[in-house]
Amino acid sequence: MGITTIASIGAGLAVLGAGLGIGKIGSAAMDAIARQPEAAGKVQTAMIIAAALVEGVALFGVVVALIA
Amino acid sequence: MKKYVWFLLSLCVLLTFAIPVCAQETETQPQDTAKQIEESSEIAQNIAEPTEAAQPEAAKEEKFDVTSLIMGHIKDSHVWHILDYTKEENGQEVEVPVAVPLPVIVFANGHLDFFMSGAFHHGHEAVTKGDNTYILANDKIYLANDKGGLTFQNGEATEAMEFHESLEYLEANAEAEIANEKPLDFSITKNVASMILVSIILLIVFISFAKAYKKNPGRPKGLQAVLEPVFLYVRDDVIYPNLGEKTDKFLPYLMTVFFFILFNNILGLIPFFPGNANVTGNIAVTMVLAIFTFLMINLNGNKDYWHHTFWMPGVPVFVKPILAVVELMGIIVKPVALMIRLFANISAGHIIILSLVSLIFIFQTIAVAPVSVIFVLFMDCLEMLVAFLQAYIFTMLSAVFISLAVAEHKH
Repeated sequence: MGITTIASIGAGLAVLGAGLGIGKIGSAAMDAIARQPEAAGKVQTAMIIAAALVEGVALFGVVVALIA
Repeated sequence: MKKYVWFLLSLCVLLTFAIPVCAQETETQPQDTAKQIEESSEIAQNIAEPTEAAQPEAAKEEKFDVTSLIMGHIKDSHVWHILDYTKEENGQEVEVPVAVPLPVIVFANGHLDFFMSGAFHHGHEAVTKGDNTYILANDKIYLANDKGGLTFQNGEATEAMEFHESLEYLEANAEAEIANEKPLDFSITKNVASMILVSIILLIVFISFAKAYKKNPGRPKGLQAVLEPVFLYVRDDVIYPNLGEKTDKFLPYLMTVFFFILFNNILGLIPFFPGNANVTGNIAVTMVLAIFTFLMINLNGNKDYWHHTFWMPGVPVFVKPILAVVELMGIIVKPVALMIRLFANISAGHIIILSLVSLIFIFQTIAVAPVSVIFVLFMDCLEMLVAFLQAYIFTMLSAVFISLAVAEHKH
């Protein structure tokens, strides 16, 4: 049986935030690469780093949900 | 023709990675979980045809317990469990666990006791050394109460039982709270043994690289050709841009952190014996790494760093105390964030892979198997990326924080 408590709703909200954040990062990266394809490597590196940081924040939420 | 052979071989290896994860059993139940065990051991033996091997058995009496499987993998344990197989014993199918017992080192009442965890027989026996009796329950070691068993907490009341009684009670109520005292536990558990293994690997690999580099500074070969570019990339593109001239002072620490986290992440993804230990997904391990970064930052902080923390120049006087509080919180929160980021990313990855494989057992149809295996393959590739990425992020953020602490400001 899954956890049917507020904790799982909280985890879902955290994932929602992560999805929005990483989506924005991805879209900005796409725009940057489209403008200047030579800089694609640097843009991609920066995108991955920003995505990992945003995911870190989302996982704080998941951890709190797991503890509850 | 040769290309096809390589492709098929690598496909088999990848599928082998994905399937045997489910062959891990956590608690040994010498009763009738035989059907579920047969399924998983069949799959573990069948390398090239995993989907066909997931033959659904006839109606199972017991429900497949996903949570205990996953938690058993994520949590630490005193026994390094490898696999289970069934054998016929007195007409009944008994599940025999194959495991590596690890040393137990406990300190209680002034005695330091040392014995192998095999003496616990997976929790079915209590071990007595001198005055102390130890019981293994829920992967933790407790000191037995006066009756020789466990004391359970029911709300306010405690209920002390004898040994076998308490074992039965625990099997019936898995959620029961145990109120016994715990000794100080310095055992070599699965995570400790895995960390020792990774340390030995790190030492062997990098000392041999250093020697080879001195002897032959030309083009490297073999494993050195793979790891040297990674090393140079981290040094030149992550650490040097942040630390500048002070790179050499902090390079040993930062490189150790990077490769330690990387090797542990990768070993955690391997589903069979020397791998499979969830080291970096254990919050105690990541806490220690974050504490090391915290110490490196603050022990090397120069006068400007502390000045800026407590009495930030360039802001109005009434703001400075507020900023001091905020900066102090920041000093604690930044390593805490490092700790939680690494722990949550790695644990979540393991949980997802185990859940996807467990889908086959929950639905008990062959139709789920191809979907599940492909998903697991994809998630495994993603987890490899996460393994590198988390090591890189931890190192990069540590480098940035250290650079902030040792930066020389020209006022």
